[in-house]
Amino acid sequence: MSGWAMALFKRDLRLSVRIGGSALVGVLFFLAVVTVIPFGVGPDLNLLARIGPAILWIGALLATLLGLDRLFQADREDGTLDLMMMSGRPLELVVLVKCLAHWIATGLPLVVAAPLLGVFLNLDPVSMGAVTATLLVGTPALTLIGAIGASLTVSLRRGGLLLAVLVIPLAIPVLIFGVSSADAAIHDPVPFLTPFLILCALTLIAAVVGPVASAAALRFSSD
Amino acid sequence: MRSGFLKLVAENLTIDRGGRRVFQDLSFAVERGEALVVTGANGIGKSSLLRTLAGLVPLAAGTLRLDGGLPDLLPQEQAHYFGHQDAVKPALSVSENLQFWQSFAAPCEPDGFDGGRYTPGEALETLGIGHTAHLPAAYLSAGQRRRLSLSRLLITPRPIWLMDEPTSALDKASEQQLLGLMNTHLDNGGVVVTATHTDLALNQIRTLHLQAGDPGKLLQEEAMS
Repeated sequence: MSGWAMALFKRDLRLSVRIGGSALVGVLFFLAVVTVIPFGVGPDLNLLARIGPAILWIGALLATLLGLDRLFQADREDGTLDLMMMSGRPLELVVLVKCLAHWIATGLPLVVAAPLLGVFLNLDPVSMGAVTATLLVGTPALTLIGAIGASLTVSLRRGGLLLAVLVIPLAIPVLIFGVSSADAAIHDPVPFLTPFLILCALTLIAAVVGPVASAAALRFSSD
Repeated sequence: MRSGFLKLVAENLTIDRGGRRVFQDLSFAVERGEALVVTGANGIGKSSLLRTLAGLVPLAAGTLRLDGGLPDLLPQEQAHYFGHQDAVKPALSVSENLQFWQSFAAPCEPDGFDGGRYTPGEALETLGIGHTAHLPAAYLSAGQRRRLSLSRLLITPRPIWLMDEPTSALDKASEQQLLGLMNTHLDNGGVVVTATHTDLALNQIRTLHLQAGDPGKLLQEEAMS
């Protein structure tokens, strides 16, 4: 990583660690969502084990959405975003680096917490590993797709809700292939690798489309 | 007046914001060593003009170019924008704030411009806030935040300084110091474009007075000194 990208990456990580512990809040929200489900569906352990991967994925999706609205908004409010556009660095790469830092601060803790929360849902070790692996490759896609919503709503004071409405439909393919590859790991006849590789491909596509679309939206909003 | 190669040229700038025409067919040129002072009543479009020069407001028509600058870069990538917002992160320390901008913003030193590279420590000392370097920026006063924001202009050499009300929140002594820095920048071959309501004692001043006109807006440009 070249010098300026590293400086931006370190700054964003530092800010997210120092302000309000966004990583912890995301994990706590994840915990809250996952804990509530067994109360809702009742104490049927077989049912919980069957829908466990889907619950973990939906919990991770909601927890990711929770932190996304501040991705660009804080920088816009104090004028930093204006200066970033004038910095002579490609805005697409700036967005990509910010997404990477944001994912490490908020997405990675979710992946780390997933095996523990799997215990709550009566997951066996194989499906626990499978869900964690799919979350590891899938949550970056959620952050990158979410960046598009975050930059479209950057100038709105209460943009968080609109952001969720914009991002959730775009995140559905990621959810489908994330859950189906986790399921495939448990049920034998279906190969695990096919949906898993499609999930990887979705993340790679999001890594290209997300920053480009997001940078375009940010340029448009600078007026 | 020194003859210089560096020249910021605006031709027939026309800007719409929020569906309203702010100004149209505005043309001017500023050469190296010159300060363009933009004056006019509130809401006449001074800040819009500066944000346009900073590339933050799209042009409805017209062209903007920097003759003698680096050909690979857009004019705004060779400019510093010092606006109403300080771009200071309260959670980072003063020196962390400054070090980020030093590593992040691309420096630009075309021929005939000497940026006089300051280190972050020197820049903070020059502006009299060296003792705050290790404090979180949240503890700075408004004037100190302003000076921290100003020190960004010293650590990354760029020939054009776009300054919107640069003296706001500064005391008399800091204002004099700011004028000194602006004059040094002009002497080094830089260009300053500033919107202001107060008289600034700069070396080479040209004034651009924006004023409401009959169908749209009429502009007068006059050269002083």
